[in-house]
Amino acid sequence: MTDVTDATFEQEVLGATGTVLVDFWAEWCGPCRAVSPILDQIGAEHAEKIRIVKLNVDDNPETTMRYQITGIPAMKVFRGGQDVKTIVGARPKPALEAELAEFLA
Amino acid sequence: MSVHQVVIIGSGPAGYTAGIYAARADLSPILVASSIDPGGELTKTTEVENFPGFPKGIMGPDLMEEMRQQAERFGTRVIYDDVVSLDLSGDVKRVTLGDGTVLEALTVIFATGSAYRKLGLPDEDRLSGHGVSWCATCDGFFFRERVIAVVGGGDSAMEEATFLTRFADKVYVIHRKHELRASKVMQDRAFANPKIEFIWDTEVIGLGGDEALQSLTLRNVVTGAESTLEVSGLFIAIGADPRTHLVHGQLELTEHGTVAVAGRSSRTSVPGVFAAGDVVDPTYRQAVTAAASGTVAAIDAEHYLASLPASMKEMAA
Repeated sequence: MTDVTDATFEQEVLGATGTVLVDFWAEWCGPCRAVSPILDQIGAEHAEKIRIVKLNVDDNPETTMRYQITGIPAMKVFRGGQDVKTIVGARPKPALEAELAEFLA
Repeated sequence: MSVHQVVIIGSGPAGYTAGIYAARADLSPILVASSIDPGGELTKTTEVENFPGFPKGIMGPDLMEEMRQQAERFGTRVIYDDVVSLDLSGDVKRVTLGDGTVLEALTVIFATGSAYRKLGLPDEDRLSGHGVSWCATCDGFFFRERVIAVVGGGDSAMEEATFLTRFADKVYVIHRKHELRASKVMQDRAFANPKIEFIWDTEVIGLGGDEALQSLTLRNVVTGAESTLEVSGLFIAIGADPRTHLVHGQLELTEHGTVAVAGRSSRTSVPGVFAAGDVVDPTYRQAVTAAASGTVAAIDAEHYLASLPASMKEMAA
């Protein structure tokens, strides 16, 4: 998964042409470590539909504040610069796929 | 497809300890650890100070990692997937995983623990992750210099409140009684903390906020008076319910909702199915009691397997 930062968020996420899912995470967050490989898989299996990137909340406070992140893992889907879906908390793969179904089809 | 001797469901202290004992008894156990929270509730805590053998304490996630390694060292196979259904009706039990795999086993050790209880308020799910949380160590970081509240009166509520003072300017502890259920040492620590203020005899009856939590509606259970408390975070620590949805209609439950077991054993109402840890325990619910009951389950499973007729034993040969 590509890392995005406060500096690259505008270009990589808001300015992207397709659908981008941003995984807000931190080193100290156990559930983030569990969900990360699941997102990798979903990203690999649906590479033509969705791009999955990660943002470290410790290193990137500006974007974290801007989107009022108060719990992680937080997964936000962006389309055309708009924040269109938020999922908070780790889920098993089938549950995540179901919640993201409209973006993967 | 081969039939396993033991499948263990759950990866808390009960599951991993059952794994250690079953592996050492040469039962080649399979342990289904879940895809998203292997290690269970202790992975969401910080310092564990009451597990014997660690006089200086040990971090919850580290303790669970050590237990996993110990189970694997003797041959437990850990699978990081979720059980989606269980069929306990026959001599051979069937355990279906999230990826569609079906494990067949002569015995099942059910050690699924418990799930956090919710307040049951209308806006709770909507505001979950937007100020409402069940995990201080996961989400406390986001409440730097904020005013927040913890609801609950047990050890986990005290631990969360104390931990959260690292970040927050002020932590209210809201409890519906006038005394705490928490252990003395945890109470003393919370009472001594200048950032913690207790609100006694009070229930949370409403959550306010559009995008994120902004306030709580409180009701004093003695006077009935209602009030509003402005907070940007609420951590819910009001206990947990045994996680039994996989066995509803298959195993007998107690009036507490835990899996019923015979006496001091781990034997459930179905032969070959054993249960251990918080899912059988409405009373003690400690890491060390869960670990001990995992031991009991592994030994019970071993005895049960030894008592089976040769024709069944051969299936798992």
